[in-house]
Amino acid sequence: MALRTFSAMDSNDARFNYVLRLGDNALVLGQRLSELVTRAPELEEELATANFALDYIGQARLFYSYAGELEARGRGEDDFAYLRDEREFRNLLLVEQPNGHFGDTIVRQFLFESFYVLQLEALTDCSDARIAEVAARAVKEIRYHLRHVSQWLVRLGDGTAESHARVQQSLDDQWRFTGEMFAGDEVDETFRLNWNGPQLEQLEADWSSRVDAVLAEATLTRPPAQWMAGGGRQGRHSEHLGYLVAEMQFLQRAYPGARW
Amino acid sequence: MSSIPQQAGSLTLEDVRTLLHAVADPEIPVLSIMDLGIVRDVVLEPDGVEVHVSPTYTGCPATEVIEQMIVSKLQRNGVERVTIKRVLSPPWTTEWLSETGRQKLRRYGIAPPEHAAGKRSLLGRSAVHCPRCSTERTTQVSEFGSTPCKASYKCDECLEPFEYFKCI
Repeated sequence: MALRTFSAMDSNDARFNYVLRLGDNALVLGQRLSELVTRAPELEEELATANFALDYIGQARLFYSYAGELEARGRGEDDFAYLRDEREFRNLLLVEQPNGHFGDTIVRQFLFESFYVLQLEALTDCSDARIAEVAARAVKEIRYHLRHVSQWLVRLGDGTAESHARVQQSLDDQWRFTGEMFAGDEVDETFRLNWNGPQLEQLEADWSSRVDAVLAEATLTRPPAQWMAGGGRQGRHSEHLGYLVAEMQFLQRAYPGARW
Repeated sequence: MSSIPQQAGSLTLEDVRTLLHAVADPEIPVLSIMDLGIVRDVVLEPDGVEVHVSPTYTGCPATEVIEQMIVSKLQRNGVERVTIKRVLSPPWTTEWLSETGRQKLRRYGIAPPEHAAGKRSLLGRSAVHCPRCSTERTTQVSEFGSTPCKASYKCDECLEPFEYFKCI
């Protein structure tokens, strides 16, 4: 394995960025999922995705509030959500991908949540008490989601020839976004060293074996090792995020300071 | 060291708890917030009361409404300063739902969470009893429902649809 070297980083700055990334993943995925309200393929799945979205937005609020306290420059949850430009968002490329068809949504959810549940489990042991307690709350919600999306993945993969082919295509299309979850940088490394944060190599190994087990049950083929897209966590996004942010922020941009 | 105050305004700790028993969950109004087990502590202070509350789900829209209801309930009864402290740890679990709360839910037509909540039971499937005819012969319609805390079921005996307060 290649040795990676990172430049030294101020540890508080690293912690702020780590929490902001957690908040951005949650907010962007929550916003994506809420787009499915009134247009999911069936009522039960609409309830499910709306519930997922609600959990994610709740988690984003907890992470943003804490990020604001760490930054200590007077920014709060609304500032992070509504008053940053696209390139200031630090989420994974995977979570900003469009909902596509139902199989695309399920695959995106499955690949991300298989990672997120492990990340949260590891964070319950980190030495920042605030992050640990949010993670302990959030992990219960994500386990419930993951069970649901895993069942769907099996149902679609091991379903008809049509559903199998389409969900295999969804998997092949989105696989290139999975590498970014484990491509650590100085933020991860500094957070790990100072607050007993997750070991990315360990998360990757656990993720890989869990994903393989569900794919096998779903009769799906794991895509081959390939070039991986990255950059979302540094603010370089796919073209899809700008549209999402524009819709999400419209009201605050058009009527600055508007309140309920 | 100053002594712990015995009263907030003219209210004792017991009075405050009685008042909180009358604050209903806005989404399941038969349950009080005390039945739900989300009030973790009540602390009397020289000039007011501090109430510690645990949210059920991180995104539960009722959390803020409940906090406002607590504040206005206590203020209307003469407590000048009410502070709400949100407590995330340990995370709320359906184990904290009181026995009275479970009975109230059943009478209201919502199946209460099956006991022994926790990591395993949320993921495993225990038998859910119909709140009307008590049979175990029920079918899950959806793992999700009208609020984050509920799933949708139907009874295979009396054929009534009902909601299940899921274990977490």
